Amino acid sequence: MATKVMMEALSPTMEEGRLVKWVKAVGDAVKSGDTIAEVETDKAIMELVARGDGVLRAQLIAEGATSPIGETIGVIAAADEDISSIAGGAAAAPAAPAAQAPAASGAASAEPAVAASADNSSRRGAEEQENAEVAAAGATRSSPLARRLAAEKGLNLSSIQGSGPGGRIIKRDIEAASSATSSSSASPRELLNQPAATSGAPSSSTKPTSTAPSIQIDGEYKDVTLTQMRKTIARRLGESIGPIPTFFLTSEIDMTNVGKLREQMSAAGDQFKVSVNDIIIKAVAIALTRHPEVNAHWMGDHIRYFSAAHIGMAVATDDGLIVPVIRDAHLKGLGAIGKEARELAKRARERKLQPAEFSGGTFSVSNLGMFGIDQFTAIINPPEAAILAVGATETKPVWENGQFVPRQRMRVTMSCDHRIIDGAVGARFLQTLKQLLESPLMMLF
Amino acid sequence: MPVITYRDALNQALREEMHRDDRVFLMGEEVAVYQGAYKVSKGLLQEFGEMRVVDTPITELGFAGVGVGAAMAGLRPIIEFMTWNFALLALDQVVNAAAKMLYMSGGQFPMPMVFRGPNGAALQLAAQHSQAWESWLAHIPGLKVVAPGTPYDAKGLLKAAIRDDNPVCFLEGEMLYNTKGEVPEEEYIIPLGKAELKREGDHCTLITHGKMVLVAMQAADLLAKEGIRCDVVDLRTIRPMDVDAIAASVRKTNRAVVVEEGWELCGVGAQVVDYVQRYCFDHLDAPVVRVHQADAPMPYTKSLEKAAKPDVPKTIAAVKQVLYLD
Repeated sequence: MATKVMMEALSPTMEEGRLVKWVKAVGDAVKSGDTIAEVETDKAIMELVARGDGVLRAQLIAEGATSPIGETIGVIAAADEDISSIAGGAAAAPAAPAAQAPAASGAASAEPAVAASADNSSRRGAEEQENAEVAAAGATRSSPLARRLAAEKGLNLSSIQGSGPGGRIIKRDIEAASSATSSSSASPRELLNQPAATSGAPSSSTKPTSTAPSIQIDGEYKDVTLTQMRKTIARRLGESIGPIPTFFLTSEIDMTNVGKLREQMSAAGDQFKVSVNDIIIKAVAIALTRHPEVNAHWMGDHIRYFSAAHIGMAVATDDGLIVPVIRDAHLKGLGAIGKEARELAKRARERKLQPAEFSGGTFSVSNLGMFGIDQFTAIINPPEAAILAVGATETKPVWENGQFVPRQRMRVTMSCDHRIIDGAVGARFLQTLKQLLESPLMMLF
Repeated sequence: MPVITYRDALNQALREEMHRDDRVFLMGEEVAVYQGAYKVSKGLLQEFGEMRVVDTPITELGFAGVGVGAAMAGLRPIIEFMTWNFALLALDQVVNAAAKMLYMSGGQFPMPMVFRGPNGAALQLAAQHSQAWESWLAHIPGLKVVAPGTPYDAKGLLKAAIRDDNPVCFLEGEMLYNTKGEVPEEEYIIPLGKAELKREGDHCTLITHGKMVLVAMQAADLLAKEGIRCDVVDLRTIRPMDVDAIAASVRKTNRAVVVEEGWELCGVGAQVVDYVQRYCFDHLDAPVVRVHQADAPMPYTKSLEKAAKPDVPKTIAAVKQVLYLD
């Protein structure tokens, strides 16, 4: 059976890909998993692999051309299979024997049982493919009823998580999204329509919706449903300032002791050299484990709090900004963080990062200190709750014990998503970070 | 109210209509002396004589044609097929003569006749004798197609069919003849083209007809025990189809399952789904699911036949699917 070669989502944010090079030529035999083309995404040049066995029968776009995700760009099929229905007349490889089609349908009618089963499997294939295409396009699936109800209630479908097959948003999801506002008792009908409800008989005692947020823990994060207050804060502040209502907290941190620490470590040998940035990443990771309320993602209808600190590290490349992630930074030593940071930065500049290496961050750090920037505000990398903008470390006079003394000072500015973090919460996090950097030994505590 | 069988309900309808109008007569294989292959015409020969209850040779095309001629001559024939499987031989008269006569004669010859007999599978009658023909017949403009599922409907609809001035294909069920239900003593007529809401619920609509009405009702009973309430819409007449009844129910429940005896492709359910998507699109919360016979000739083997037929468990599974409960 013919397999379509489709432009795939090779990075989480990719919407289209540029075909850099066809690795396989028309007529080449390909096996599932073989690299057939190189595709430039918004982040890197990635390999596109075959999803079926056979012969590459058609290349539907030229090298250098761009295709949206989900578009068929080639066809893999048996050498003599009719692919005109997929490839279209003009684009099909000249080898496609058109006379094959009537012969094939004749054979099918002679064997109805075989034809019927083949028909079924191709139908299933079509369904799966549709699922894949919709998922790849990042589109929201929803039932017609759900769309109508959402419009009536003024809800934005993109902010609702679908509980139907393939993430389809259905009536009960709309009701769940809007019924959080009403604390009236649920009818058996409503119970049936709740995502978590089983098919059990409707209970006679219906409970009013609890006002306490329900918490679901799964693996290394926990989902917390939004309280009314949190929802109102999210909505009101969102109306006030763009999609992410951001506020900024700036703190000046004394880095004198960090400097001393680095001197001591360097003195122990070159292998113990660490950068200021490595120490900042470590300190941020530790501060996040002490303030998990900052280590979070905005999920539209709930907030996801992480227990692990995966620190995104903004790296400037010739093509633009990319944020590789140092996973589990709270568990790693300064040496491991430093080595990983250098490796990721190098690979980022070479555009060789894999999608897994620049996704999944829980908090980001952007450092422009090396450019002599005193302080700046960074843009939050959604869905993360915050980003820390790090300025240059400078020698400044500081009033201490009745006199000015020279001190190494660094300004950091934290951009906070106000839907998740309130001012005091962000301030406490910065306070901890300041303490960790001013007395680096506290990181051992 | 008396409880009688589907068979007796049909018998009553025939008797009452033959008393009411002496142009009505019954013709078919074994309808007279043998009293009907399924005893639907029991006692009619004795009551009305051999001019009005006529045994025929095994010639489906022939006696269907005699019926068409009799209708043209002003009588109101009822043609009994021993089963609709045998009626395949007579389809030229049904489709090309009866269905088109009024149209092709410029309105000169109405066809006030009924073709009736059991339709669909019974038990282990094998591939050639276990077929549901309603989608074939319903495809033809000029015919009306009726498939009652209960004794009450069987009587009321057969009386309406006999009084109708168009050719009506009346689909009974071998497995239905012995089923019982309440049938009032006083006369009543059920208009053709009217569905009935046989059961009310607000979670899901079951749309069905004929023998599958019993399956849908049983499924709805079992689902009710799990707290799932179903509307059961019995189409009763396949052509013309009661689109309003379908739409009203689906707009209420937002979900539909169509249950029928026949095969999937171009089946009655396919038409129902078309109406649902056309008239209820913005009310649908799930794709409509169909329950039907397996896409294969009916197996003779008991276990395979059971697997091939639509039944209560398959219907329950379909309802749970549209409710996203599976």
